[in-house]
Amino acid sequence: MDAIIWSRIQFAMTAAYHWLFVPLTLGLALVMAIMETIYVVKKDEFWKKTARFWMKLFAVNFAVGIATGIILEFEFGTNWSNYSWFVGDIFGAPLAIEGILAFFMEATFFAVMFFGWDKVSQKFHLASTWLTGIGATISAYWILVANGWMQNPVGTTFNPDTVRSEMASAAAFWDVISNPVAVSKFFHSVTSGWVTGGIFVIGVSCWYLLKGRQKRFAMSSIIVGGLVGLVGSGAVMLSGDSSGIHAAEFQPMKLAAAEGLEDGGRGAAFTIVPGIRIPKMLSILATHDIDGYVPGINDILNGYTDNEGNMVPSVAEKMAMGRKALDALAEYRSLKDTDPESAAAARAVMEENVRYMGYGHLEKPEDVIPPVGVVFWAFRFMIGLGMLLALVALLCLWFAWKEKLPKMRWLMWIAIICIPLVYICGQCGWIVAEVGRQPWTIQGLLPVNVAISSLGAGAVKTTFFVFLAVFALFLAIEIRIMLGAIRKGPEVEPENI
Amino acid sequence: MGQPVMGKIKDIPASIWRFYRDGFRNMTWGRPLVWLILLKVFILFAILRVFFFKPAMKGLTDSQKSDTVAERITRQPHIQIDTLNQ
Repeated sequence: MDAIIWSRIQFAMTAAYHWLFVPLTLGLALVMAIMETIYVVKKDEFWKKTARFWMKLFAVNFAVGIATGIILEFEFGTNWSNYSWFVGDIFGAPLAIEGILAFFMEATFFAVMFFGWDKVSQKFHLASTWLTGIGATISAYWILVANGWMQNPVGTTFNPDTVRSEMASAAAFWDVISNPVAVSKFFHSVTSGWVTGGIFVIGVSCWYLLKGRQKRFAMSSIIVGGLVGLVGSGAVMLSGDSSGIHAAEFQPMKLAAAEGLEDGGRGAAFTIVPGIRIPKMLSILATHDIDGYVPGINDILNGYTDNEGNMVPSVAEKMAMGRKALDALAEYRSLKDTDPESAAAARAVMEENVRYMGYGHLEKPEDVIPPVGVVFWAFRFMIGLGMLLALVALLCLWFAWKEKLPKMRWLMWIAIICIPLVYICGQCGWIVAEVGRQPWTIQGLLPVNVAISSLGAGAVKTTFFVFLAVFALFLAIEIRIMLGAIRKGPEVEPENI
Repeated sequence: MGQPVMGKIKDIPASIWRFYRDGFRNMTWGRPLVWLILLKVFILFAILRVFFFKPAMKGLTDSQKSDTVAERITRQPHIQIDTLNQ
């Protein structure tokens, strides 16, 4: 395998590892904030102890997850230096804001949340708990602004002098941060974190019920976790719907791959699994129109007319325009100091074709097709598991509310099994989003084979296995500490951390 | 009236310092987590960053970086455009 494959595997592993911690942070933050709010409103010490227990698990997850995202930034500079330079103007601001915000909000409110019991007022402590979660959520927004721009590079222009995509004005910055892909990705990712938090709380609480321990604590936690999980599931479905619309509009190949749709058309059917289809459903999901046109893989390769009546060029035509842009870029750069007039003409040609510049790097039209099998099945696992998780959250909430859950051992075991499943579901979502947009690092502008640095496969392989060892070690430590804390259970008496 | 207010303002940094100091001192189960974070930060910045993740274009000026990326970006696969237009 070459450096590109190893770099991609390494980046995928790091991102997947990072995403083991983020959703639980987002979800547990909401759960414990709700519990502490109940404590402040009802003045019942039980809710304080309950909130503190989940805060303890939040802290374990946070401690192991902290700074795992920084490794991605290391990889940008080392493995993906062409890409890093190309996007530097766009990524600089969101990632800097994210870093500063995360550091200051977390260093301040996280500390108050853990050290401040009995030292600051109840309301200030409650505000700190909420702000810890809100800070993590806002951090996620800035990261997803950066990711959303790669999926739909709006608000920027390519500068042939600096060879970067740049924001020319404050309006451009607004376009980047209000990118519809970033917005729907943000809601989809954050609310999937709520599902993770809800399912985690339900699963752990069911373990206590199965062991005959901490009944009041477990039942109360299941009700809060169930509500968070259910609300999260509903919001995931709504934001998933808008993600589907955006994929159809901005990344039709991703949608075609997720559906395994070779030839599209009007009134397209949705495939549940191969052989079982719901007529018209794909058109409804992708266009909100029962007869909306959804292009298939072959349509995208050969060119088609979209729902607004616009002719979308074939991939071969886009490749030809991309090469014109690249040739004009090279010509502009070679002439700009010696022949300004010819350079200006070359620049005009480049600007006319720059939209398809990335296609100029492809060797054949089929290079735009992502691994269909991986995306197709990851999409189905994501949806199937998501529906199962919503159902389990609903059943556990209902039967806990009716106080019948402790007698339903089968449901409690399913809830425990759902803890690994909620992580698999989240990972499948990212596989659909990221594998589905291959071969692009930046949609239409920069494919992975050009984004990579000039480095040997050996160096990447070494760091891959170093990471694998370090990640596995820290994950094992987290699981061990987490299981130890769960086995010990919530404290009867107040304690300091 | 101004003096007590100034006194309180001056006391803020010391209060914050005491808050964090006492918080860390009184830790029980949180202590191994802090060590875990410090260990991880050390591995990340003192080992991985220093020995394994050197920025590929470190030491280049912005202009040199532009030239390097332009050279890489304008290098195309050997396929005739005519073939694509057929």
